[in-house]
Amino acid sequence: MDAPELSVIARLSQAIVQYSGCPALGPIDLTVAPGEILALVGASGAGKSTALRLLAGLEHPASGHVDKPAGTRTAFVFQSPTLMPWADARTNVALPLELSGVPAREARRRADVALAAVGLGDRTTARPRQLSGGMAMRVSLARALAVEPDLLLLDEPFAALDSITRRGLIEDLHHIAATRPIAMVFVTHDVEEAAYLASRVVVLSATDGRAMRDVGMPGPLPRPEGWRADPAYRAAVEIVADALAASMRVAA
Amino acid sequence: MKRLTDALPALLLTALLLAGWEAACRLLDVPVYFLPPPSAVARALIHNAPILAGSAAQTFWMAFKALVVAMALGGGLAILVSLSATAERAVAPLAVTLQVTPVVAIAPLVLIWAGLDHADRAVTALAAAVAFFPVFSGVLTGLKSADPDLERLFDLHGASALQRLWRLRLPSALPFVLEGIRVAAGLSIVGAVVAEFVSGSGATQGLAWRLLEAGNRLRTPDLLAALLCLAAMGLALNAATTAIQRRVLKVLS
Repeated sequence: MDAPELSVIARLSQAIVQYSGCPALGPIDLTVAPGEILALVGASGAGKSTALRLLAGLEHPASGHVDKPAGTRTAFVFQSPTLMPWADARTNVALPLELSGVPAREARRRADVALAAVGLGDRTTARPRQLSGGMAMRVSLARALAVEPDLLLLDEPFAALDSITRRGLIEDLHHIAATRPIAMVFVTHDVEEAAYLASRVVVLSATDGRAMRDVGMPGPLPRPEGWRADPAYRAAVEIVADALAASMRVAA
Repeated sequence: MKRLTDALPALLLTALLLAGWEAACRLLDVPVYFLPPPSAVARALIHNAPILAGSAAQTFWMAFKALVVAMALGGGLAILVSLSATAERAVAPLAVTLQVTPVVAIAPLVLIWAGLDHADRAVTALAAAVAFFPVFSGVLTGLKSADPDLERLFDLHGASALQRLWRLRLPSALPFVLEGIRVAAGLSIVGAVVAEFVSGSGATQGLAWRLLEAGNRLRTPDLLAALLCLAAMGLALNAATTAIQRRVLKVLS
């Protein structure tokens, strides 16, 4: 087995996941480079979330390898905010820090900084039920960013949000990617979202989650004003949409 | 004021039923040993008040001790079992066996073990046996009810078993734990009464003994008065545990 080279933050090599003997994903090959925003697109059941959990180390391959450089800090944003309802925003954000051994006081201080960074500096003592869906998702994002991850994994994080809130969060992610060294991998079934947010899109096959197409997205990040109307962006959306359609035809 | 208007229909119906009962007893000349009128029960209640209060306190104290024992043993065992799938497979059948065995059936055995001089201990032990299962299963179900994604978050950041228990599973379990305790509280009184019936020696002097004594002597008004005390105790306990449950759930969510 080769050691992952420096320009790779995570790599799946011929990784296969099985649930009680049934194949759920793979064999899949996937490389995540530092600083990139990678979108995994595929039909429901294609194994997108499984691939993400493999990268997180929350799932173990039945065969093949998952490689991350030693000391890689990984954070995960789930589909729903997944906050502890009995704890305020600060406690929720401080949790992963405290779990990994940061003293409580320091963890709370860093939690406040992370909350301020997502525009919730004045809601540190709010309980999840006192927050809107978008705010709760921001708390969830702050919790992931508080550990200063090298690799941020997002599992359809905007699925339950309205389109305005979603656009706001996408801008946030672009801003974060521009201001710190971080690789992001996010799962979505929304072609436009993938093309707009990502610097690279990988389309997974609907049947076994093999990586079928690997498409670089054009244009600068963060996206300039009016990018959604730009011909280059429209063309990229078409390419991803065609690849997604092809992945489903194989299945049918 | 709103509470009073809410309770009014129930109060009116109760008053109506009592009046009907009283009238029927008087008009049909029902023998007092068969069905005493409410006025006779009320007189018995007032006349026996000191004895009934003492007996009620005795029954309540035994049931309360039983509930505390059940909470400590049931809760503690559930936490231990939740930490290991093997432990759960080992303990679950025994816990179910304890649950399905009627408490009356093991009463004579427990009486022998406790010794006839210590009937109150036997009663407490039996009531605890009845109250054990709802606590155990409530805590165990609750500990497993945590959001699976939060469990993954704890995995991802390398939480220890203790951190997971303290910061995720116990808070997640609280609603189930409280429901278990509410059910167990009611059952501990049932258990105490049944156990007292079986021990039947009068050594315990609880409300069940008052019931037996009055029944044996055909003093039906006394019997109904004791029964009334028992029902009131159950209602009060239920109201108290429900209030605690509501309060805690409000803070929790």
